[in-house]
Amino acid sequence: MIITKQKPIDDILKCLEKVSSVYIVGCTQCATVCKTGGEEEVKKMKEFLESKGKKVIAAEVWDTPCNLLEVKKRARDRKADLEGSGSLLLMSCGDGAHTVVIGTGMPVVPANDTLFLGQSERAGRFNEVCALCGDCTLFITGGYCPNALCPKGLQNGPCGGAKDGKCEVSPDIDCGWLLIYNRLKDTGKLDNMKNLLPPKDHSRAIRPRKIIVDAVKNRK
Amino acid sequence: MTLKEKIKNKKFIITAEIGPPKGIDIKPNLDEAILLKDKVDAINVTDSQSAVMRLGSLAVSRLLKEEGIEPIYQLTCRDRNRIALQSDALSAAALGIENILVLTGDHPSRGDHPGAKPVFDLDSVQLISAIKGLESGRDMAGKELKGIPKFCVGAVVNPGADPIEPELIKFEKKIKAGAEFFQTQGVYDAGAFAKFIGQVKHYNTCIIAGIILIKSPDMARFMNKNVAGIFIPDSLIKEVEAAPDKQQKAVEIAARTIKELKGLAQGVHIMSLGWNKLVPQILDKAGL
Ligand code: SF4
Ligand code: SF4
Repeated sequence: MIITKQKPIDDILKCLEKVSSVYIVGCTQCATVCKTGGEEEVKKMKEFLESKGKKVIAAEVWDTPCNLLEVKKRARDRKADLEGSGSLLLMSCGDGAHTVVIGTGMPVVPANDTLFLGQSERAGRFNEVCALCGDCTLFITGGYCPNALCPKGLQNGPCGGAKDGKCEVSPDIDCGWLLIYNRLKDTGKLDNMKNLLPPKDHSRAIRPRKIIVDAVKNRK
Repeated sequence: MTLKEKIKNKKFIITAEIGPPKGIDIKPNLDEAILLKDKVDAINVTDSQSAVMRLGSLAVSRLLKEEGIEPIYQLTCRDRNRIALQSDALSAAALGIENILVLTGDHPSRGDHPGAKPVFDLDSVQLISAIKGLESGRDMAGKELKGIPKFCVGAVVNPGADPIEPELIKFEKKIKAGAEFFQTQGVYDAGAFAKFIGQVKHYNTCIIAGIILIKSPDMARFMNKNVAGIFIPDSLIKEVEAAPDKQQKAVEIAARTIKELKGLAQGVHIMSLGWNKLVPQILDKAGL
């Protein structure tokens, strides 16, 4: 899931400084789970903006703003209202915000900061456990990812900076390499840690990345 | 004899360390280093230590060399990708610098430019391999070099790491990758160090024990609390507390520790944290 966090409300207001009428769009998926763009948050935002003297043309939760075909359909259905607004306010991730820009042709202000790809531990608690490196080596590191769990992304073991099991970067972060070590040890796979791992091939993750699924490519 | 030759011939190695200034006023550092010229085998030059931006370790290493002092150029993985790291290693060789100490480097969020992008394109093991690769005449892409550099590649190990096993696994990888010597985190407990030596003796590599001067009880407590793998016993802190002359006490403790470690390690690396003028006294008292 894509984890988002609402921007400070003053920052949002600042972005909307020159806009008098706003079209608010939330998202039924990740942003709903993150409580940054579900029904409740969209309604709250509407009330807040109205209290600040903005005209809110619409406040909707779309399914989903990151789907270009869906967005284009909405753009056709809601043409008049969209064109009557000064800007959209996207309560989604950056993917949704961009897709709405190209799907509607309208100016868009992002209400959220997009943070990471996250595991949902339980309601409202999210953890970054994969850094989307494009070359998954979890089979070597016992299912714990050094790219996500070690702030330095080291491949060959701990940096030596961990204190009481915590990372040198922050006492709130477990040392990712100690997690990997403990897991490999517990599962009898410590040998995995003894092999010299080569540097990551960063050419596998050159941005922007794009793929066309084979099944689609081969159609006709 | 160069450091590399001394290491090979199992000579006892004495190294010290200087931290370049923030700015270009390098004279005080050079004066400090010149004081140690005939007392130590080589002097480490730190690479923007603690992720605090400073004058570069390569330039200062070269300046030491011009004073007739053998430098150990510290190179961290923190700020440079594999292109820059290999290029800097070649630059060192072209400037006549043979010794490179490879470190991971602290995370930038801990330094004075916390917004900097952390690089860590290579880790310390991979950087050692890359430098050894240059010595064999090829870069990491397999391309042939015109003129082949010679290095003496060192690394670090933390005998106080807890747990010790992952540290030992990485230590072994550094040896496999080609590390020729190791400098350790500060040691204060010879007994614990002896145990560590027992665990690594069979690698038959050169271990240079780290000595960090205790400048004050507060500094000792700070290090115990914040620096990984440092354990300064309470008795030592009390001893420093009771001493009227902190510098003399620092000298005494360092000399005593060196005497205890002499038979265990192949050398000592004295990190004086600005008190390099005391190093000759320490060595004297330690009988070196
Ligand atoms: S190695 Fe880590 S960052 Fe890369 S794909 Fe696997 S989990 Fe994600
Ligand atoms: S302390 Fe552990 S998690 Fe933190 S940077 Fe070092 S190896 Fe990575």
